[in-house]
Amino acid sequence: MTAALRFDQIRLPEKCETLRREVRAFLAEEIAAGTFNPHEPQREDSDIPEFSHRVGQRGWIGMTWPKKYGGHERTFLERYVVTEEMRVANAPTRRFFVADRQSGPVLLRYANERIKMDILPRICRGEVCFAIGMSEPNSGSDLFAAKTKATKTDGGWLINGTKIWTTSAHIADYMLAIFRTSQPTKENRRHGLTQFLVDMKTPGITVNPIAQISGLKEFNEVVFEDVFLPDDHALGEIDGAWKQATSELAYERSGPERFLETYYVLTELVRALGPNPDVRGAEGIGRLVAQLHAMRRMSVSVAGMLHAGKEPVVEAAIVKDVGTIWEQQLPHRVRDLAAFIDTDASNHHTLEEQLAFAIKIAPKLTIQGGTTEVLRGIIARGLGLR
Amino acid sequence: MTDNIVAETAERIFTDLADAQSINSAANDGWKSTLWTALSDAGLPLSWVPEDCNGAGVSLADGFSVAGSAGRFAVSIPLVETMLAGWLLSQAGLPSPSGKMTVAPARPQDRMTVNADGTVSGRARGIPFASDVEYIAVIASGAQGSMIALVEAASCRIEAGENLGNDASDTVTFNNVKPVSIKPAPAGTRPTSLMLMGATLRSLQIAGALETMLDITVRYANERVAFEKQISKFQAVQHNLAKLAGEVAVAVSAAGSAADSVADSTSFDDGVFLEVAAAKIRCAEAAEKSAAIAHQVHGAIGFSMEHILHRYTLRALAWRDDFGQESYWATELGKFVAARGADELWPLVASR
Repeated sequence: MTAALRFDQIRLPEKCETLRREVRAFLAEEIAAGTFNPHEPQREDSDIPEFSHRVGQRGWIGMTWPKKYGGHERTFLERYVVTEEMRVANAPTRRFFVADRQSGPVLLRYANERIKMDILPRICRGEVCFAIGMSEPNSGSDLFAAKTKATKTDGGWLINGTKIWTTSAHIADYMLAIFRTSQPTKENRRHGLTQFLVDMKTPGITVNPIAQISGLKEFNEVVFEDVFLPDDHALGEIDGAWKQATSELAYERSGPERFLETYYVLTELVRALGPNPDVRGAEGIGRLVAQLHAMRRMSVSVAGMLHAGKEPVVEAAIVKDVGTIWEQQLPHRVRDLAAFIDTDASNHHTLEEQLAFAIKIAPKLTIQGGTTEVLRGIIARGLGLR
Repeated sequence: MTDNIVAETAERIFTDLADAQSINSAANDGWKSTLWTALSDAGLPLSWVPEDCNGAGVSLADGFSVAGSAGRFAVSIPLVETMLAGWLLSQAGLPSPSGKMTVAPARPQDRMTVNADGTVSGRARGIPFASDVEYIAVIASGAQGSMIALVEAASCRIEAGENLGNDASDTVTFNNVKPVSIKPAPAGTRPTSLMLMGATLRSLQIAGALETMLDITVRYANERVAFEKQISKFQAVQHNLAKLAGEVAVAVSAAGSAADSVADSTSFDDGVFLEVAAAKIRCAEAAEKSAAIAHQVHGAIGFSMEHILHRYTLRALAWRDDFGQESYWATELGKFVAARGADELWPLVASR
C-alpha cells in the first residue's frame, strides 16, 4: 500500500513514570508556595524567572543535550513526560520552552564551539529566553517572502528590516532569526535565506509590543536598523536556511504542547459536572477523553519513533494538524456541555473564566508554529499528491 | 506491511482469494467457500484456540494483526467472528468445533440467561453472520454467575437481517436452547469482556478498512483528470485527503494501542477499558468522516456498485454498530471518568 501510516506502539518506560512522579511533586510544591496558580492560564508567564531557574536546577531543560553543554543526556521520551506534566499543570514555561524545544537544538547543530559553550549551559540553567524570528509584515507563513536583509560587511553582517508576531521578544535574551542574504534563484525560490543568532542587546534593535485579543502581550514587532552581527552568528549554510528550518519541524510539531494548550477546560468541566453526570454530560466527557487519549497515544508514538532515529515526517505533521484542531474545538465543546450545569455549583466561576480565556486564544492555535494549510500541504506531499 | 507470519499468511490469502475487484464483479458467492477453506487450512479461524484444543494457539497480538488485515481487505465472511468465538470458548476451557462460528450477545444492551436446567434463553440483535454459521459461542448470566456455552445455530430462531455493508446481521432468539457444551466463565470474564474484545476487533477492522480507503482514494486522485489537471493537484482536494489521512492515522493508532493493551494485560482492567472504549469511539468517528471524504473525492463513480469503494466505506460504517456503538462507549467512559473525579483524569490518561 502506498500511503501506509506508521504508528509504532510505544509505551513510556518505567523510568519515565518515576520522572513523572518527581515532576508532579515539584509542581505541587511550586503551586503550594504560590509561584503560580494552575487554575489561572491567563496570567503572563514572563514574570516568573525564578521558576525557570528551579526547573533548570532539577535538570529538566536541555534534557537530551550532551553533558558537556550542560545537558543531561536523557531520552526524548523523558523530555516528553516533563513537557506534558508542565503543560497540564499550566506551569509558566514560556521563558525557557522555546530555547529548550527549538533554539537549543539549532545551536547544538549549527553554532560554533565558543557559542555553544557560552549559551547552551545557561539555557539549561533556565537563565536564557529565546524568541524565534520567522514572520515579517505581509509574509507570515510564507517564509519565501521574508525581506529583512543581512548585508555582508567587515567581520559580520548588517541587518535591516522588521520581524513581527515574535513571541516573547520583549523578554528574550536572544533571537534565532531568518534573514535574506541573497535573492531567490529561478531554479530554487527557497534559496537566499540564512539563519542567524541575534543577541537582543545589540544596538539598533527596537521591540514594540502588540496587544493580543486574548488580553496577553506576548507578541512583538522587532525592528532592525543597521544591527551588526558577527560572522560566527550566521548558523549553518549561508543561503540554505530553508532546509535547516524544515528538517527540524518533526520535533517541533508532534509534542504534547500541540494538543494540551486548552486542556484545563476539560478538567474543570469534569469537576463542574460532578460524579454523576446525565447521559449528555457523560457522553460528552467520554468522547473528549477518547479523542484526547487517541491523540496522545499518537503523539507518544511519534516521540518514540523520533527517539528510535526514524523520520515520521507525515505522521508528525498529522499530530499537529489533528491536535491543534482538537484543542481549538475543545473549549467550544466544553461550552456546549457546560450549558446545563447549575451555575451555583462551586467551581462554575472558575470554569467560566477559563472558558472565556480558552475561547479567546483558540483561533490562534491552528496558526502558531505552521498553519493548518501549511501542514496539510506537507501531509499532501507525503501522500504523493504534489 | 505486517510483521508476523500469521498476519502475513492472512494477507497472502486475502490477496489471492479476496481481491476486492474480483469479488465485486463475481457472479455469485462461490469465492466465499474457497476463501474459507484456504483460511481454515491455514488454521486462522481458530487462531486463539490453544493447540491442545485443535486450535492454532496464536498470541493475542498476532490474532489482532489478522483482524487488521481482514479490515484492510474488508473481508465479508465470519473469520474475525469465529476467532472471537474460539477465544470466548477457550476462556472456559471449552473446545472449539471446526466450521464457522459467531458470538452472542453482540450488543451491550442484550443479555443472555442460563436457566436452572442449563438451557440458554434470550434475544440477541445484530449478531454478525448468524445465518451463515454453524455454531454460536454465548456468554450468559446464571445463578452461579457468568457461563460460557457453545450452541448450535440450528437450535435457535434466526431472523435474517443485514448491516450497512450487506453482510448478515441477524436477530437470534435462544428459547431454552440446550447447549452443546457449557462451563462457568473464569473469574473476571463477563459479558463486558466479550464487548471489549469485540470492540477491539471491530476497531482494528475499521482502521484497516480506512487504510485501504486512503490508499485507493489517493490513487484515484492521482489518476482522475478534471478541468485538464489531475484532481490531486487541486489544493482543495489535497486538503481533503490530508484530513482523511489524519482520521486514518488516529484510527490506526488508537486501534493499535487498544489491541496492544489487551494483548499485554492479564485482565480487562480500567486501563484496558479506557483504551478499548477510546478506540471504538475514535475509529467510529473516523469512519464517518473518512467515508464522506473518500466518496467526495471519488465523485459519482465511487457511488456505483461497480466500484470497490463501497466495500470499505459501508463496512467501516457498519462495524461501528457491533459490540457497542460509539455513543454507548462514550457514555460509559464519561461516567467512569466523572466517578473518579476531575483530578484523576490526567493521571488516568497519562498512565497509558
